[in-house]
Amino acid sequence: MALNPDFVGRSYPPGAPYLVGREKIWEFSQALGVTDPASLDVDAAQSRGYSDVVAPPTFAVRLVMAAAESVALDPDLGLDYSRVVHGDQRFEYTRPIVAGDELLSHVTIDRIRSVAGNDMITTRTDISTTDGEHVVTSYTVLVARGTDSEAA
Amino acid sequence: MTRVDVGHEIPAREFRITRETLVRYAGASGDFNVIHWNQRIAHEVGLPDVIAHGMLTMGMAIQVVTDWCEDPSALVDYGCRFTRPVVVPDDGVGATLHVSGTVTAVEDSIATVSLKAMCADVSVLGKAIARVRVG
Repeated sequence: MALNPDFVGRSYPPGAPYLVGREKIWEFSQALGVTDPASLDVDAAQSRGYSDVVAPPTFAVRLVMAAAESVALDPDLGLDYSRVVHGDQRFEYTRPIVAGDELLSHVTIDRIRSVAGNDMITTRTDISTTDGEHVVTSYTVLVARGTDSEAA
Repeated sequence: MTRVDVGHEIPAREFRITRETLVRYAGASGDFNVIHWNQRIAHEVGLPDVIAHGMLTMGMAIQVVTDWCEDPSALVDYGCRFTRPVVVPDDGVGATLHVSGTVTAVEDSIATVSLKAMCADVSVLGKAIARVRVG
């Protein structure tokens, strides 16, 4: 089924703030094999001018994927989520996420298109602190494989 | 950081990805998609085996850049395509990801680094490009 093109430009409310935990950054860093002490050790982070441990660059995915999923699962959009794969991902940084940040994710549907029989949707997630300071913007492309050929 | 020239190859790094890595990453990232830990379902949907999270590969690959510039604030942007899956067999060995990077442009104190992420001689990330402030 082709996606509803009217969804381009649609925004979703941010929901409750995400409080970035020191232990969560530590877990995420361990899982990725991060060796930078700024992500693992509070003293090391503070000696480099950060208020707390610094999240690795892809940490925002925790917020981004939750946001993208809520969009993808919107029944009116017409996306077959069982066929969805993460096609491409991009982050534009204002500053790194640090432990203690309280973050809000504002999601907008940036683009909907069909390429080689695959429905593709780009979501833009603007992540800022609860004080309104921009931290990072993410562009996520979700691809629903082979759905367009079934369109009437 | 000292002067950076186009063509400079930043230090490469190898990452081991085992089923344990995938379990750890699932918990840390909140991505519990079954194709990243359940072999039966991976087979059912036509995959050769359990595959790694694309974001795990992306998160590993960028470390050659952040380790090189030694400043988490230097990263301007980072993007990639997930072109091929990293298959992670349950054989006690897993998969090996080899990441290397080359500076392809330097302009206005921003270096563009083109990353190569290889698994079993196959490129698994497409257009993996990071831009970092230098100097």
